[in-house]
Amino acid sequence: MNSKLEEIALEMRKNIIMQLYSAGSGHPGGSLSAADIIAFLYFEEMNIPSFSDPNRDRFVLSKGHAAPALYSALAEKGSIDKGELITLRKLGSRLQGHPSMGIDGIEVPTGSLGLGLSAAVGMALAAKLDGAPYRTYALCGDGEIQEGIVWEALMAASHYGLGSLTVIVDNNGLQIDGPVSDVMSPYPIAQKAIAFGFDAFECSGHSFDSLREAFAKAKASPKPAMVIAETVKGKGVGFMENDVGWHGKAPNKEEYEQAMACLEG
Amino acid sequence: MADIPTRQAFGEALCEIGESNSRLIVLDADLASATRTGLFRDKFPERHINAGIAEMNMVGMAAGLAASGKIAVASTFAVFGAGRAYEAIRNMVCYPKLNVKIACTHAGLGVGEDGATHQMLEDIALMNALPNMRVLVPADAAEARQMAYEAINSEGPFYIRLARQPSETIYDDTYRLEPSGGIDVIKDGDDAAIVACGTMVAKSLEAAGILARDGISCAVLNFSQIKPFDSFNLIAYAKKAKAIVTAEEHSLKGGLHSIVASELAELHPTYVLGVGVDDKFGSSGPPDELFESYAITSADIAEKVRLALRKLI
Repeated sequence: MNSKLEEIALEMRKNIIMQLYSAGSGHPGGSLSAADIIAFLYFEEMNIPSFSDPNRDRFVLSKGHAAPALYSALAEKGSIDKGELITLRKLGSRLQGHPSMGIDGIEVPTGSLGLGLSAAVGMALAAKLDGAPYRTYALCGDGEIQEGIVWEALMAASHYGLGSLTVIVDNNGLQIDGPVSDVMSPYPIAQKAIAFGFDAFECSGHSFDSLREAFAKAKASPKPAMVIAETVKGKGVGFMENDVGWHGKAPNKEEYEQAMACLEG
Repeated sequence: MADIPTRQAFGEALCEIGESNSRLIVLDADLASATRTGLFRDKFPERHINAGIAEMNMVGMAAGLAASGKIAVASTFAVFGAGRAYEAIRNMVCYPKLNVKIACTHAGLGVGEDGATHQMLEDIALMNALPNMRVLVPADAAEARQMAYEAINSEGPFYIRLARQPSETIYDDTYRLEPSGGIDVIKDGDDAAIVACGTMVAKSLEAAGILARDGISCAVLNFSQIKPFDSFNLIAYAKKAKAIVTAEEHSLKGGLHSIVASELAELHPTYVLGVGVDDKFGSSGPPDELFESYAITSADIAEKVRLALRKLI
């Protein structure tokens, strides 16, 4: 099972780099840190018989700047043609710089940080009102949770008892201006989530066994759950790893070739 | 209908609509009693969501509910709805064209004693600037009721601007909104036309009465559908009358005056004077004293019409 996920995640990482090189701009660091989490969600955790199924599980990429990772997963899933990936950020493309409506699998536009989580709470609330069986997953950045609306949303999820909601924090430790702990520390995250009425589970965001265990606990919890995934910004491309300079910069030709060689290892 | 606040009429209409439309969900931010959506809460507690004092999250949750097939009405005071939650409305409601209706009460100076922080005077400007947004400002209870039905029965984002204070009755129960954003001609007249919205429509009718005593024939147009609007009647009166005066309980910057002036500048250049709040914040005080202090009474409208006519003569 893990080898298939690893294969998909590797393909996604290559497509992330290819998209960003083709676009000439975008966010490699946070796309690569989230790739394994997104691969796990789409290819193991979530129940999506089809994107038009009203009971499909919902995924909201609240850290919308990791759009290339989402598009790569949706390309593996079949809602985006692989040939379309090179149109990222180009005029007329469905693949907007941040996720936009009009693509199966994108429930709400995201990128304005915090709003995606808030909408995900609304989706989980709708499921509860309707007695619908679907689960809702929202992936946030660790810098993103500095937004006040994140805590408004967590409070509401807890208040309305939305046990079908899982919030994932891609805890890569870096944001545009530097280390998250230097810019504005949101730590400790787990204790804060617990204080807001969540169950919180920490795991490695690059180990499928660890992700599997954390999501199983999240699903079993009657409370809304937070999965705090320890990740490496730029994961998989050696020279991008843990380098804040790769938050929002596309590789040039040489760097692209180097990155692909790195991934093909 | 009796002279009741537009917020009350809107809240009552939601209760009626909720009976036959089970998709309707109403959200509040701890002001359900004041916005009158508390009426819906009392009738359909299972379809009422209180977001607490967290307006951005209220709008975000409304978007998530709408993305899951609900019709979501998010209600609070205009300063917090259109103001604090502006960016959530922009990115989570208007951009994806979701079925969210922002129903904001306590717009304008009529809030009274609570003062400037609670008197929203820029919401028409903010909401009108958003693509995909329909912006409605009812002149009285009957129109607010019509607008509740229009908003809930039409797909997509709406902003409905409601007032705290009672609105004088203009329409009876047979009134129906002009289709396609038409501007309703309430009173005909030849010399000048007053184009007003919301609480200023009744004052404009009073102003027309004052002017009639001086032999000035003044039309009154209800520009209640701010966006989209059909300018047919506006152009017709710009051609017929010697001057146009707008009247709004809103800032002159970006509100009805700006909208009417820019439309006429393109289609039929006309002299357009505005009655409204002139680049100022509000203040505490009884509403009637505030209207006098900020020069937005019926007498101020009449005076502006005279001024407009003199400038042309």
